[in-house]
Amino acid sequence: MRCRINQVLAWTFLLAISVLSPQLLAVSVANRDLPVEKAVVTSPPMVPPAITRKGNAKVVVEMETIEKVGEMTDGVEYVYWSFGGTVPGSFIRVREGDEIEFHLSNHPSSKMPHNIDLHAVTGPGGGAISSFTAPGHTSVFSFKALNPGLYIYHCATAPVGMHIANGMYGLILIEPKDGMTPVDREYYIVQGDFYTRGAYGEAGLQPFDMEKAIDEDADYVVFNGAVGSMIGDKSLTANVGETVRLYVGNGGPNLVSSFHVIGEIFDNVYMEGGTNINHNVQTTLVPAGGSTIVEFKVEVPGTFIIVDHSIFRAFNKGALGMLKVTGPDDKIIFSGKQFDGIYLPEGSAIQSLDSDYKAVMATSETEQIAFGKRVYEANCQACHQAGGEGIPGAFPPLAQSDYLNADPMRGVSAIVNGLTGPITVNGKTFNGVMPAMRLTDAEIANVITFILNNWGNKGGAISAESVSNITD
Amino acid sequence: MKFNRCRTLLFYLLTSLSSDFLASEEPVMVAIDAGSYRALYLTKDSEETQVDAFFIDQLPVSNEEFYKFVSEHTKWQKSRIPSVFAEENYLGHWVNVINQWQPDINDTDRPVIAVSWFAAKAYCESQNKRLPTVAEWEHVASASETSIRGSHDPDYNQVILAWYGRPTTQRVGRRDQSVPNIWGVKDMHGLIWEWTEDFNSALVSGESRADSNLDKGLFCGAGAAGSADPSNYAAFMRFGFRSSLKADFSLSNLGFRCASNGE
Repeated sequence: MRCRINQVLAWTFLLAISVLSPQLLAVSVANRDLPVEKAVVTSPPMVPPAITRKGNAKVVVEMETIEKVGEMTDGVEYVYWSFGGTVPGSFIRVREGDEIEFHLSNHPSSKMPHNIDLHAVTGPGGGAISSFTAPGHTSVFSFKALNPGLYIYHCATAPVGMHIANGMYGLILIEPKDGMTPVDREYYIVQGDFYTRGAYGEAGLQPFDMEKAIDEDADYVVFNGAVGSMIGDKSLTANVGETVRLYVGNGGPNLVSSFHVIGEIFDNVYMEGGTNINHNVQTTLVPAGGSTIVEFKVEVPGTFIIVDHSIFRAFNKGALGMLKVTGPDDKIIFSGKQFDGIYLPEGSAIQSLDSDYKAVMATSETEQIAFGKRVYEANCQACHQAGGEGIPGAFPPLAQSDYLNADPMRGVSAIVNGLTGPITVNGKTFNGVMPAMRLTDAEIANVITFILNNWGNKGGAISAESVSNITD
Repeated sequence: MKFNRCRTLLFYLLTSLSSDFLASEEPVMVAIDAGSYRALYLTKDSEETQVDAFFIDQLPVSNEEFYKFVSEHTKWQKSRIPSVFAEENYLGHWVNVINQWQPDINDTDRPVIAVSWFAAKAYCESQNKRLPTVAEWEHVASASETSIRGSHDPDYNQVILAWYGRPTTQRVGRRDQSVPNIWGVKDMHGLIWEWTEDFNSALVSGESRADSNLDKGLFCGAGAAGSADPSNYAAFMRFGFRSSLKADFSLSNLGFRCASNGE
């Protein structure tokens, strides 16, 4: 009996130590007189407010690792592993010289242990070993932000590649002591490549494909974890005359980004997220596991497309976002189209090419479809895709298209006149710009006939004569 | 005749019910031949670990079996266990019925989870068994349905990886729903993580952690540099998982099965 009591006492003592020890640890590293504050963290594409205090602080960062199913693109689900429930993880903003007490909690539903390697940490593993956390547990470690800059953080638990490939990365900004120059808009973008069992767009819950990851054969290259994360309603916004700053990271795991905003020139680029500033840059490289900060003043209204200029990634794998700028036009800076006339290289006397030349005209619906296929491949396929499936959020589908089948002349009109403004196709709203295409009436008739007779559309034929009613 | 068939059916129903609820039978153990196994974190040149012949439970321990154990060994009950031996989540999925913690009626035949290493070890010892070592567990787990080294088969790896890639669902699946591996052992993959006797040896073996590099070996690039088979992601994940554990941890996807030297 006595022995038993002793045992109980011993257990109680051990219990007391085990309960107290985390606090003891935290206390032992707590700094003298620094004010303590809780970090404001944000989900992409938002950035926490600039730091206004002039001195240093002890900043407590709380972050949770969660494994959860999310949408990669319409109809495609993926099990993301995340910091804070988003890909990329929450944006952390502290000041050079701050002391950060980092609390990493791994959600009990996690299958895997996780940790965090912050490239902003000076120390072995960037915090990886100290923050190694089993499901349903919390780890605490502290570090001092010695170097200003924009840094990637990521999970570094074995197998590291898989943890990163599933979305475990984000950005931490260490503001220099003197602060950052104030700007009007700040946004948070991180590119990542994903490897799925099925090809791009293949519906259903897609598992991670290790073989493709090793071969660096990405199915998806996206900004902020999903196709269309910054498109339509979710576009970034700014007003004419404002200065925009983008904090850009690249989680990888494999691909290097050629970061570019179509129709803008970066006034300032903090090269590789460091202190050197370059000016007047069109495209800047963002290494996997690296970052950049770009700044530009938006002078004219319109939609500016954000891409990885390794351009097939943008149009075929999802690396495409939008910045919508509203405000008055400035015709000096950008005029819009001012003139569209006839171009006759040999002078006005020559009205036609070789007089022997005669375009081959389709004589049957079957020929129309065959000719239309060529027109489609040369003019339409880049955006609307080989199977007519379009690109979710950017280019409407032509396959099983309720919009087109309701009135095929809508397709003719779109080709002849272009199409701008919101339309609804198969329940999804698209708000983009299709330019007018310079095609002959016969070519237009053929391509619409081709589309109507493919991909589950209703069939039928359009004649060149009915097209001429619109073109004339 | 008709009556007889009815009675037979009834008999089967009754026996299957009683075995579900009473588990009077001893758990089946499976004989495993001696073999060799090379820990993932060792280099290709290092010697393989010899695994002697042993026996291992065909199935992971169920909630019902564990309930029977804590009924007989009351100091391992959820309400009594000292917190150094199990953290708060110990048997956290059990329900409290009139001050008595017990498994939900739908959980009886599912693997017990949220048990600490101490409790798992005590369970096995109560049956004159022990927890399997990492080498023994990996030796059995690397078998597929048709081969004792299924880990060379890409499909085998992909199935395991797919399970590792899914978050833990609300409820662990039932035992004994999968095809046995070539040894006749079931549910090594796809239901739960399992405790091993020396689960933390990847971190603490070797005289000096700094010299052996083992502690770093499982993080980031260093892991691949030293490992025998960097493409064996499934094994990487198991070692990663094990090295995150402490013996009092009680996780909602971690259970165990027992082993022994003799049947």
